[in-house]
Amino acid sequence: MTTAALPSAPLAGRARIRRRMRKAAFALSVLVIVSPAILVFFWMLSLSLKNEIDNLTYPPVFIPDPPTLRNFVQVFAENSMGLYFWNSLVVSGLATLIALVIGIPAGYGIARAQAHKLTVLILIARMTPALSYLIPLFMVFQFLGLNNTLTALVITHLVITVPIVVYIMAGHFETLPKELEEAALIDGGSVWTSFRYVALPLARPGIVVGTILAFIFSWNNFVFGAVLAGRATRTLPAAVYNVLTFEQLAWGPLAAAALVVTVPVLLLTIVIQKEIVVGLTHGGVKA
Amino acid sequence: MTASAIAAAPRPGFLARRHRSYYLFVAPALVVVGAVIIFPWLFTVWMSAFDWKIGSVAHFVGLDNYSGLAKNQRFLEAILHTFYFTALAVVVPLFLGLVAALIFHREFPFRGVLRGIFTMPMMATPVAVALVWTMMFHPQQGVLNYLLSLFGLPPSLWVYSPTWVIPSLVLVEIWHWTPLVMLIVLGGLAALPTEPYESARLDGATEWQLFRYITLPLIAPFLIVAAVIRTIDALKAFDTIYVISQGGPGTASETINIYLYLQAFAFYNVGNASAVVVVFFVVILALALLLLYVRQRAQWTG
Repeated sequence: MTTAALPSAPLAGRARIRRRMRKAAFALSVLVIVSPAILVFFWMLSLSLKNEIDNLTYPPVFIPDPPTLRNFVQVFAENSMGLYFWNSLVVSGLATLIALVIGIPAGYGIARAQAHKLTVLILIARMTPALSYLIPLFMVFQFLGLNNTLTALVITHLVITVPIVVYIMAGHFETLPKELEEAALIDGGSVWTSFRYVALPLARPGIVVGTILAFIFSWNNFVFGAVLAGRATRTLPAAVYNVLTFEQLAWGPLAAAALVVTVPVLLLTIVIQKEIVVGLTHGGVKA
Repeated sequence: MTASAIAAAPRPGFLARRHRSYYLFVAPALVVVGAVIIFPWLFTVWMSAFDWKIGSVAHFVGLDNYSGLAKNQRFLEAILHTFYFTALAVVVPLFLGLVAALIFHREFPFRGVLRGIFTMPMMATPVAVALVWTMMFHPQQGVLNYLLSLFGLPPSLWVYSPTWVIPSLVLVEIWHWTPLVMLIVLGGLAALPTEPYESARLDGATEWQLFRYITLPLIAPFLIVAAVIRTIDALKAFDTIYVISQGGPGTASETINIYLYLQAFAFYNVGNASAVVVVFFVVILALALLLLYVRQRAQWTG
């Protein structure tokens, strides 16, 4: 910039000041909208790394000094976080796997047969509160003696995973060109061959998004585990709520456990940051 | 040419066979959806016609559960709480999400990283986040009252005050879901054409006029999509409310979902709870259809 020439021209100087002020105001607005996210996650981390005395002092201590991992050790050693982590992995993993096995072909069938009524059904299923499936399923599991088992949880989590996978896959297959599959059909291949060897390899990005979103929504679910699981079969969110808030009330371990629940999800989110919005808006409304 | 010739050629057997095999693809999913989604819907409607407590004999009562709800003060208040919560939890994120999208639409250093941080709350486990907010809301040791004091503001009782509990819960909801609105609107902004802006600038339009008369009408469909998603999600909100306030103090933050949960799994009153589910379902469906209708209208006129 020709800064040396500017001071002699007062008008240009004022314009420069105004431009700087505008820049500062913009930087401030960026700071303001990002700070709530930073504050909550920072506070979660801070609570989990402090001892109980520092967590309960007022005014609050922001930077742990010295930081301690005792809270994490405690939730794994005394509150069997490891077991609940494993339960969550099994339930969300199996529910996602089953949803993929039946949902990918279903999405393909819906896209190619133009079965839009089924799409509307899936859409309504996604709009219905998860809680409303819980009462009838609870009654059935009670009748079958399945309450407090991981099987019941996996079945219930299908309510979350299947509609997401079907919806995302149907949307994805619709964007794929039909010509290649038609060529395969005309060459004498079956519908199955053209699905398996033509459409499926092309659908890989859609499958990745569907898998991760289904897994995240299943992982984040709280109420199914809270109602259907027994002491040993709780999923992480239900366990964190029950064990740490009812059986003991200490902020450090609670924050540590909250961090253990949510970190895997945040890591997955970073992997598919861009695709998430497509998946979410697509699955939300597209009539 | 050849493609249209093939399409026009009558080969009913071929096509019918193809369609039938496509339904085979859907069949396994249909079985599962029938078992875990359709069957619960029907079973719920059936249960709602009974005076049914878990552990005792069910009596058929017809529509009595529904007429009971119409006279149930607590349930009617739960509906009001739900609408109050939903209105706030739709309007505020919509406005803030729009502002955030306009900010992130511009180029600035570290934009990608900052946008990543801004969107993180969206995917975070609601229960985990709700527990952290519970600790932040604490009137004596909570960090929020400390932050208020830094700005010279008086402390608040947050979720411990019947007046402030719903706005406080909405605060968590805003924090959680404004990023989704931002991302949807950002998608709309990315698709904007540049020509109208150039010609309007030549005509001497101000930045506000550009926004008001070009940007806003063009991204209106995206805002409506965001509003639909937000409305449905806010009506369904359960985890954060249940974890932070359990519907309290008293019943000050008891929404339909919380009422429903307590009826079913605290009082084991599954007949009554099923009637609530049916009413709730109708409300959600009606609102979703209304918003979709508005969206269609907006597209036709726009």
